[in-house]
Amino acid sequence: MSVKLDAKIPSGPLEKKWEKRRFEMKLVNPANKRKYTVIVVGTGLAGSSAAASLAELGYRVKCFCFQDSPRRAHSIAAQGGINAAKNYQNDGDSVFRLFYDTVKGGDFRAREANVYRLAELSVNIIDQCVAQGVPFAREYGGYLANRSFGGAQVSRTFYARGQTGQQLLLGAYQALSRQIGLGAVQMHPRTEMLDLVVVGGQARGIVTRHLVTGKIECHVSDAVVLATGGYGNVFYLSTNAKGCNVSATYRAYKRGAAFANPCYTQIHPTCIPISGDYQSKLTLMSESLRNDGRVWVSKKKGDTRPPDQISEEERDYYLERKYPSFGNLAPRDISSRAAKEACDDGRGVGPGGRGVYLDFADAIRRLGENVIRERYGNLFDMYERITGENPYKVPMRIYPAVHYTMGGLWVDYDLMSTIPGLFVLGEANFSDHGANRLGASALMQGLADGYFIIPYTIGDYLAGTKLPKADAGHAEFKKVHSEVEERIRRLLSVKGKRSVDSFHRELGHLLWEHCGMTRSEKGLAKALELIPELREAFWKDVSVLGGGDEFNTALEKAGRVADFLEFAELLCTDARLRKESCGGHFREEHQTADGEAERDDASFCHVSAWEYAGEGKAPILNKEPLVFENVHLAQRSYK
Amino acid sequence: MSENKRLNLTLHIWRQKNAADPGRLATYRVQGVSVHMSFLEMLDVLNEQLTAQGEEPVAFDHDCREGICGMCSLTVNGIPHGPQRGTTVCQLHMRHFADGQEITIEPWRAKAFPVVRDLVVDRSAFDRIIQAGGFVSVNTGGSPDGNALPVPKKDAEAAMDAAACIGCGACVAACKNASAMLFVAAKISHLAKLPQGQPERRERALAMVAAMDQEGFGFCSNQYECEAVCPKEISVRTIAVMNRDTLRAGLGGA
Ligand SMILES: Cc1cc2nc3c(=O)[nH]c(=O)nc-3n(C[C@H](O)[C@H](O)[C@H](O)COP(=O)(O)OP(=O)(O)OC[C@H]3O[C@@H](n4cnc5c(N)ncnc54)[C@H](O)[C@@H]3O)c2cc1C
Ligand code: FES
Repeated sequence: MSVKLDAKIPSGPLEKKWEKRRFEMKLVNPANKRKYTVIVVGTGLAGSSAAASLAELGYRVKCFCFQDSPRRAHSIAAQGGINAAKNYQNDGDSVFRLFYDTVKGGDFRAREANVYRLAELSVNIIDQCVAQGVPFAREYGGYLANRSFGGAQVSRTFYARGQTGQQLLLGAYQALSRQIGLGAVQMHPRTEMLDLVVVGGQARGIVTRHLVTGKIECHVSDAVVLATGGYGNVFYLSTNAKGCNVSATYRAYKRGAAFANPCYTQIHPTCIPISGDYQSKLTLMSESLRNDGRVWVSKKKGDTRPPDQISEEERDYYLERKYPSFGNLAPRDISSRAAKEACDDGRGVGPGGRGVYLDFADAIRRLGENVIRERYGNLFDMYERITGENPYKVPMRIYPAVHYTMGGLWVDYDLMSTIPGLFVLGEANFSDHGANRLGASALMQGLADGYFIIPYTIGDYLAGTKLPKADAGHAEFKKVHSEVEERIRRLLSVKGKRSVDSFHRELGHLLWEHCGMTRSEKGLAKALELIPELREAFWKDVSVLGGGDEFNTALEKAGRVADFLEFAELLCTDARLRKESCGGHFREEHQTADGEAERDDASFCHVSAWEYAGEGKAPILNKEPLVFENVHLAQRSYK
Repeated sequence: MSENKRLNLTLHIWRQKNAADPGRLATYRVQGVSVHMSFLEMLDVLNEQLTAQGEEPVAFDHDCREGICGMCSLTVNGIPHGPQRGTTVCQLHMRHFADGQEITIEPWRAKAFPVVRDLVVDRSAFDRIIQAGGFVSVNTGGSPDGNALPVPKKDAEAAMDAAACIGCGACVAACKNASAMLFVAAKISHLAKLPQGQPERRERALAMVAAMDQEGFGFCSNQYECEAVCPKEISVRTIAVMNRDTLRAGLGGA
């Protein structure tokens, strides 16, 4: 065991920790800030907000993304909303309640101190976004509107129609653009980080490839911030954008950053079902739909009648039946498993029987079609475009799909990884959601990290750290540069017969089968046998046409899939060792008599932080115990 | 779900190795395309086929594939994003095409959007326009409570209508003058409809319009092709807001 996991949680009462930490921090004198260069990789909510805020403070910022514009980061696709403990509805919300809901929603596998800070900062985020001109939904009186999301009994979700992520990201992108215009941020779009450079134990820069010219370059800095998003695409089919990848975080892992809880992946209950084997991605139908939609299947197995011919008594509104107090708003992991159960039981709907109904007929009767259109119009249109069916007339068909990854690089309370000077924000870190994320809390986390945490903690690091001079001519930069080039050369020289996508699909299928909604010792053992075989086949038979010094989409994908093929093994190893069920991680061997997840707090109340041990060696498991001082560890119940 | 019909198609696709290459249309055949596929999935099938034959796949921009990132940018049979109104090409499904149909696929054509490769263009001019003034100058921290300033619902809705722009550039591609008016007007209107956008309203409009001219976008001759192809159906009424703001700013009046 070589990495030391010191979470650096401030002492003292929960409500005072962040204030105390901020007070203890060293500050960088305003005039000195411009002497520091900070690299920010990623321009989603976490990256854009960090890059803009750091530049506003005076740091020199270099920012990177692989899309053609920072505005296109995957955060743009978030639909439903963002949580904040404003208690504008006077319905009993508070910072403590948001904290509690998030810890419970995460099945008691997150750090109390981090989650409490997140809930505290949530209120500032809304204020900041309003000031930027984010057009949140409003009530007739002109005040901010809220809706409800899963896992909560209060209404605390702020939204901008079904495009909340887009509007929040445009707010952050505009703040970032302002800093680019002022010359404070140097923006590098269409530039992919391919490796991290660690000099003398400190993160000092990255090596990138320009996706148009193919140029490989070193970028030197005093600290590196990764905000590169989640790894859901390891499953090939997911609700993530096509470019989402694990490469940046996995490369950092191979350079010494511990990877925490890779097996915590979230399967979202309401996505449009797969229509064929050409399927390239799955489309989410926002959780907010469960405010008004009712989930059901027929009580009868193999019932092929159209939905309007199945009478009320013949329907099983299984979420309302099983979880009467939360009903259709039961948390994601629970709702997803319930859908799988219904389909496994032969009661699924649609082609292949992998689907359940999400029915708006009652809501339309009660509120009128106009109200439903106003609330969800763009989602209904999207559904119709994809399926060719009109959801105002026939119930939607939905099925769970991979959506979010709670696991990520391990970070301490300051969001610093186990490599000094490497900070990790947003979905790329593991910090706040435990084993299951509640809806509308990823946007909150990304923005809390970027606007309100990193500007403080990075200053403390820079002010308190001796940073020897480093430049691109340094031996370590040269070494990593040539390793990156060598890897590209290897990918191009396989000259096999199979496309990159065909390997990615096969990997995804394998993981979904053996490490998806439910997991078992047998399935995981099988996966761990198959993944290395597939990886070997990839390096023997992948076809990457074209060259390295040009715009080459096959080469881009090949690099990402090569990393997924290694990372998948880490994911399954973690899943196999966690012999308990918690949140999105459901082990078939560990369930209660009524089929609910059974945690094992005595053996598994810890974060699993994996350390890279070298090529071909088993990774080393480090454990950070989780201590609960403010909430009582209980079996999660939504009944 | 309707039955799974299959289509055989002939595609004429713009191939161009890099910015210096003159480029040409190449013809390919794809068979057995399911009507439930998206347009981009149909191109995935083609690319699999090309890779198997040892021919380099067709490059096209895409990411979210759900109509929100603004990355996809194909002109299909002369129409940016293809024939379905209010729909990005990644959300266009093959059920809108007929068996045996010929489909021509080209990149956005505009001087300010040079071709990078095949169907991929460089739209960084849009980013530079936003950098010139498409924001509210507020630093992180110290903002008043979100409910301190009520915003009439209809203003918030109008702001949202304009803010829905995904920056894809179809408006430019559809315009015979390659004008970026709709894109610029959408951002100006979004911020002009909100109280937070008022203090810099005039400077913003002038700076963005100046940046737009500098990038080499053409003028607007009121043909409204932009509105017709906009996947988010942004209204040309936003252009009136923009014209009013720039005019007032130019006159130095209120
Ligand atoms: C369809 C959908 C709907 C969602 N809806 C909601 C919702 O309603 N509420 C909610 O709270 N959450 C929602 N989420 C989750 C939430 O959107 C994400 O978790 C969050 O936006 C992630 O933000 P991020 O900044 O961490 O990363 P991202 O937005 O994924 O950004 C990653 C950035 O990193 C860059 N990048 C990645 N790798 C590299 C590399 N190697 N080199 C250079 N750059 C790189 C990318 O270019 C990009 O700029 C949703 C997610 C999906 C998929
Ligand atoms: S790929 Fe994102 S809008 Fe089409």
